[in-house]
Amino acid sequence: MTLSLISTRNLLRRKGKAAFILAGLVIGVATTVGILTYVNAVSSDILHKLEQFGANILITPQTESLALGYGGLALGGVSFELEEIRQPDLARLEHIPYAGNIAAVGPVVLGVASVLDQRILMAGIDFGVSHILKPWWQVQGNMPAPGEVLLGADAARVLNLNTGDMLPVKGSLMHVSGVLASTGSQDDALAFVHLEDAQALFNKQGLVSMVEIAALCKDCPIVEMVGYIKEALPDANVMAIAQVVKTRMEMLGHFKRFAYWISAVILFIGGLVVLVTMMGSVRERTSEIGIFRAVGFRRRHIMKIVFLESGILSLLAGLAGYGLGLAFAFTALVAEADGRPAQIPFSWEMAAGAVFLAIALGLAASAYPAFLAARMDPNEALRAL
Amino acid sequence: MSYIVANNLNKSFGFGQTAVKAVSNISFEIASGEFVSIMGESGSGKSTLLGILGAMNAPTSGRLVVDGIDIYSLNTEQQADFRREYLGFVFQGFHLVPYLTVLENVMLPLAVKPLGKKQKQQMAFHALSQVGLAEKASRLPGEISGGEKERTAMARAIVNEPPILLADEPSGNLDSKNSAELMALFEKFNALGMTIIMVTHSLECAGYAKRRLIISDGRLKSDYFPASNAA
Repeated sequence: MTLSLISTRNLLRRKGKAAFILAGLVIGVATTVGILTYVNAVSSDILHKLEQFGANILITPQTESLALGYGGLALGGVSFELEEIRQPDLARLEHIPYAGNIAAVGPVVLGVASVLDQRILMAGIDFGVSHILKPWWQVQGNMPAPGEVLLGADAARVLNLNTGDMLPVKGSLMHVSGVLASTGSQDDALAFVHLEDAQALFNKQGLVSMVEIAALCKDCPIVEMVGYIKEALPDANVMAIAQVVKTRMEMLGHFKRFAYWISAVILFIGGLVVLVTMMGSVRERTSEIGIFRAVGFRRRHIMKIVFLESGILSLLAGLAGYGLGLAFAFTALVAEADGRPAQIPFSWEMAAGAVFLAIALGLAASAYPAFLAARMDPNEALRAL
Repeated sequence: MSYIVANNLNKSFGFGQTAVKAVSNISFEIASGEFVSIMGESGSGKSTLLGILGAMNAPTSGRLVVDGIDIYSLNTEQQADFRREYLGFVFQGFHLVPYLTVLENVMLPLAVKPLGKKQKQQMAFHALSQVGLAEKASRLPGEISGGEKERTAMARAIVNEPPILLADEPSGNLDSKNSAELMALFEKFNALGMTIIMVTHSLECAGYAKRRLIISDGRLKSDYFPASNAA
């Protein structure tokens, strides 16, 4: 005969009340685990999707001159005519710390060509990464194959060219594979060709005018990455488009904070369920507590019985709540995945946290009922029968 | 030498003009090994007095000394220890824990004692065999008769081998046959040296005691040794 035997026997006898407490805790823990797991999974997904916002680090040749332009209006200082970055040097980016966070590296070769009595800025790019660096592009037609050209919306309008037309550039004819829908950016005025084609056209083999990088630092500061890139390319200017990164992180932060508040509210309600049920249970057991006190149980023994009961239920609730929470999160992710595979990794930290949270909540909510039970006057308790 | 000394015990409930005096200036001494019955009408204060003797109901004033220990100078936890070591209780309503077996009910006072499981079981079986209930050890209280419940309560009261047994209307829910069997057990344990104090309405039960205290309106009206026992 031990106090734990008394606790377990009482739980088995009062199955309805035990189930109610268990349900309160399980719902609280499962919701919290579900929300946190879902938030973590969605955060990763959001980070992945945010990368599609395009480039957020820009590498340009180092220059001592100041840009003469404002609000998109260029007044001189044509920087693309300055010294270039050596393309082979870009291989160094693969070895910098946090290189794994680089989603795409897009070298750009810029050059001015005279076509159809107009001067046009041509950009040689790597179309293989354009869907990451320029995810907002909408092409009417096709992406260009080598030897073909993709026109910006304004360039096509000014040159009066459409998909399928031919563009004479420096003595050769380039097939217009497509026209970009208006982006509202500088891209509208450009003609895009393959990087190698631009290098050949402007005699810039092995050189690039600038490099766009899409990187997202979930676990590292973007400023540090910029520093590492500068170390790798000491002759280049490296700039972080800080606002983009900041916005991304703020979005995630808001999302997480909201989820934590929801979890806290549900846990609070779960705690109240435990508190109210345990209070009722203690009142119902007045005579029993009287007997325990009469036969010599100390107050702490009574408290221990109550805490053991809530501790046992809390442990079960923690385990069940973790499993159920994972199931909730998985179901929610599957529902939103649109057929894409959804994965929830098992996390020992989350499992241990769920059990700890359940026990802490259960014991905290039982503290007052346990205190009341222990304070019960044995004489009054026995007379209550 | 007196084992239990009650000195000018008073107990009031409520305050001011609405105060009710349940026990008024009661003093007596009980030697070790005595079998004392406390009698009185309903509401006379005898159960309140038993609560005071049981270290569960502090008197408004007065002193209770048991085995040289001033009970109400102890704190509540020490009083609980005192009850565990010195007292066994038998209540009118059995007061068994319904979800524990007969054996586990008997083991209840041992639950907080630093004894091994086997030793606790042996002590409980010994107590049950003393009241003739060893074969019902695994039953739940709901599965045994009223007389058996009372004997279970008796086994629980003596499992610790306490020097004092307190009983509050122990035969109140029993028929005459079970009542006589219970009283025989009281006599048996008294013969083994246990001090017994029993509150009862029944003259027949009181006849088993060697000394009788009569309480009326909270006061001790008489304290005497009956000429002969009813048994």
